[in-house]
Order: sequence, then structure tokens, then C-alpha cells
Amino acid sequence: MLEVRALAKSFDGFRAVDGVSFAVPRGSISAIIGPNGAGKTTLFNLITGHLRADSGHVLLNGREVTGIAPHRLCRLGMGRSFQRQNIFPRLTVFENVQAAYVSHRGRGWSMLGPVERLFRDETEAQLGAVGLREKAEEIAGLLSHGGQKQLELGIALALEPEILLLDEPTAGMSAAETRDSIALIGRLARERNLTLLFTEHDMQVVFSIAQRIAVLHQGRLIADGAPEVVRRDPEVRRVYLGERN
Amino acid sequence: MRRVPWALIVLAAAFCVPALGSRYYTFLANDIAIWALFATSLNLLVGYAGLVSFGHAAYFGVGAYTAGILMKKLGLPFLLALPAAGLLAALFALAAGFFCVRLTRIYFAMLTLAFAQIVWAICFKWNEVTGGEQGMPEIPYPDFAWFESIGEVVPLVGGWRTAEYFYFVSLAIVATCLWCLRRIVGSPFGRMLTTIRENPERAEFIGVDVRRYELAAFVLAGAFAGLAGGLFGIFNRGVFPDFAYWNKSAEVLIMTLLGGIHTFFGPAVGAAALIWLNQQIVSYTQYWPLILGTILIVLLFVFPGGIAGAIGAAFRRLAPKLRGA
Repeated sequence: MLEVRALAKSFDGFRAVDGVSFAVPRGSISAIIGPNGAGKTTLFNLITGHLRADSGHVLLNGREVTGIAPHRLCRLGMGRSFQRQNIFPRLTVFENVQAAYVSHRGRGWSMLGPVERLFRDETEAQLGAVGLREKAEEIAGLLSHGGQKQLELGIALALEPEILLLDEPTAGMSAAETRDSIALIGRLARERNLTLLFTEHDMQVVFSIAQRIAVLHQGRLIADGAPEVVRRDPEVRRVYLGERN
Repeated sequence: MRRVPWALIVLAAAFCVPALGSRYYTFLANDIAIWALFATSLNLLVGYAGLVSFGHAAYFGVGAYTAGILMKKLGLPFLLALPAAGLLAALFALAAGFFCVRLTRIYFAMLTLAFAQIVWAICFKWNEVTGGEQGMPEIPYPDFAWFESIGEVVPLVGGWRTAEYFYFVSLAIVATCLWCLRRIVGSPFGRMLTTIRENPERAEFIGVDVRRYELAAFVLAGAFAGLAGGLFGIFNRGVFPDFAYWNKSAEVLIMTLLGGIHTFFGPAVGAAALIWLNQQIVSYTQYWPLILGTILIVLLFVFPGGIAGAIGAAFRRLAPKLRGA
């Protein structure tokens, strides 16, 4: 589904991502973990075309997509969420998700007719799926942090992606919010047969839903495999899990 | 609560202005109508796409010169000259916008300013075509014989002065253009522009080709500014290089902010307020820029949503009380 080969990126000589290779099989739920500054977000930005890689390749369904523009990647079936600034704050919740439908279904260039009535049913269904139906008319920027994360997921899902990249989906959430939102993400991924790749710092979250885990440390991949394997990996225990326990 | 059709009421009132019998009021209303279109065209960029242009006068100027040259030097009818003004302004906006949308924020603003200064310099120096520094006085009015002949049949339509006929025609054109702009901002295209304003990075990842949308908005805004410029040259009975000068760009930006960028009619309100204030104040004092500066400071600190934003907020606070009473 998604394959990354020897991807590398330096900032002023600092090797943020240093020859990372891994593959995400279709329908799997995979996580990238690592301490702060390990290069997780940089890696995401390289995959999604927000940053240009110094070297290496990204393949989506076997097709070379290295460095292509985000809006084109989006049309090829890749959705993503962001760690920060992930919604359209001064639009309503409804308009946020509706905009995703308008764009994704190719109606964005239409200058005739009002936008209000477009994709009403789809938008409402999607808001229901992420638990925001009652908040449809609220201003998105005024939602709670958890609400904004739900909305972000709604926007991403409206794009009907085959693969969804979530950058720290539970960042800043309370323990209860984290649990709910992970349950929601896991359920939606299974229902829609999504391939999911996410970064996360919360170990409990990762081990609760990920089928595969890749561990990033100082820009390098030090482990990649099933949760049990990664958990037992001595290198991982030393640099990461060990620090915590 | 039923919605009041304010736009139609204002339009109907505006059509009645010449009946007051004052040439001055008609003059003022015509000035306001044209600037209202100019400011609203700018707001497509500022308020909807989130692009602050410091060079919008360039397209106003191109439109004014296009209509002026076609009507005065080539004797073409208004019906051809005005669309040509919009079209040429759109082409200029396409050429400049192609580069401008590659930059963001202050760099975008500076590049629009740079292009506007180029347009101004061309108008200022290209004597054979634009009349150079002297500009191009005595732009003819359109031919209103058709209007007179309708007036012979329909009561109230005939018997006006040429300036008043021009007022009616420009009012109708401005109203049509505003209606088109309103449709555009309410369309799916308009919604995509607001997503870009809100969060360009996210917009890219719902599949919006941000630069192309920005360019389209830039071209549309330029076209409508060109139409406003075409009207203004005729209204002003002459076209001059300062139409494209940077202080015109600043003036229209101030109107837009004064009126309020978050409502569709805000910039039109701002145009009316600023022109009316200017006329009132220059008869008392020569320090108009001082007053303008003070207004701007108050605006930015006290009413960041502009006049329309302040009225809207007051109305939302009062409406429940009125209904409760």
C-alpha cells in the first residue's frame, strides 16, 4: 500500500530523517513511535509532500509519489491529519466537513449556485460517525480540543482515503478523551477497511491498537515489527521504553 | 425572524437619488457606487481568500485606461469598451497573479504593490497611448439616445441630464456586478477560498490546489476592479496615472477594512462612509489625512470587524431584547 525507501532529510547538517525504509500493508494499523525529536513529524511531512526529501522514495500503491503536491496526493487516496492547526477555525463544524466533500468530489470550481445544499446527507452522516452531529452548527474553532480532533478525523474521512496518516491523534487529550478517540479511530478504520499509519507518544495507545510498530530514534529506524517483538527488542528498551519505566 | 432585503432597499433608494434634484448628491452617490464595487472586488481577495493586496489599483487603472482609450481615441461604444476594460484588467491580473500567488503574506502584498507601480509607471510614461503625466481628459459619456427613447414611452425614465443617465447605468452595472460577486462567494468556489483563508495547509490536504484557486480569485478580483475603473474614468470625465498609484490601492484597502472584511457588504459600507466623511470633512479642514489616520486607529483597536461587523454585533445583542419586549 505505502512503501518508504531510504528516505532522508537534513536541516542545516542535522539528519532529521536518516535513511528510513518501511512498508505499510493494505488494511493494517501501523504506528511510528519514538522520543520527541526522533523525526516522526518530519517523516510524515516527507511522505505527504510538505517537505522535499534529500533522497529516497515514497510509493503509494506501487506508484512513485515522492515530492508530489499534497493536493494531488490527497486525490490519490492519502488522507492526513496534523498535530496542530488541523481545521478551518472560523467555519462551522458542518462547513468544515462539507468543504472536504466539495473539494474531493470535484465541485470546488463551480461558481454557480449556492454551496449550502451540496452534500448535506454525506456531511451529516460523517458528523454522526465521528460523534459531532449535535455540534454541526458550532464554530469549529470554539470546540474543545477533543472535539477539534474528532472534527479533524471527520474531515480526513470525508476524503474517502485508502490510507490515513494521523500525526499524534491524541496529543493534548485527557486520558478519557484519549481512550474514546482511540476506540473511535480503531472502529472507523475497521469498518471502512482503512489502512492507518499514525505517530504517537502514548505507549498504551500504541500497544492497544497497532498491529505493527516502527521505532524511530535520532532519525533512524531501530525496530520494525509486531508489538510483542518491538516490546522485547533490547535496543528499543534501552533508548525508549527503558527511559520511561 | 424574517430577513430584511437590505440590498434591494438600498438599491431602490439609490435609484431615487437624482429625484432629490441635487447634482451634488447624484455625483456623490455615483462615486460611492463605483468605489463600492472596487472595494468589494478587493474583498474577494482580502476577506474571502485571505490575500492582502497592496496593488489593487493597478487593475482599476488598467480598466479606466482601457475604457477611456477605446471610447475617446477609437470612438468605440460603451457597450464594447466596458467589457474590454474588465477583460484587459483580468489579463493583467492573470499575468501579475501568476507570480504573486507563489508568495505568501507580506511577500505577496509587496509583489502586488510592485506590479501596481509598474502599471502606474507605464501609464505615467507612455505618452502616445496614455497621455502620460497629463492623463487623458474629456472621456466622452456613452450615448444615451436609447435611454431617451425609452423615456418617451415610459414615464419617469426620460428627461434627465447626461450625468444622471450615466448614474442610472453605472448603478445598474454595479448592482449586477455585486450580485455576481455575491453568487461567487456563496458558491462552492467561494467556500474553497474561505478554506484557504482559514488554513491553507489543511486546504491542500482536502485536495484544494491552493495556488490555482488563489490565481482565479486574483483574476476575478482584477476583472471587477477593471469594470469599476472603466466606469470611474467616464464618471470622472478623465483618466489619470494616479488611478493606478499606490495611494489608491491604500485607499480602497482602508475602505474595505473600515467597512468590515467579514461581511459581503462591509466594503461597500466602508466606501460610502469614507467618501461621505471625506466630503464632509474637507469643507471644514485641510487635515483629512490626520482625521483618516485617527479613524483607522480607532477602527483597528475598537472595531476590528469594521462598521458592518460592529453593526452586526450590536444587532445580535439587541435583537433578543427587542423580540422579548
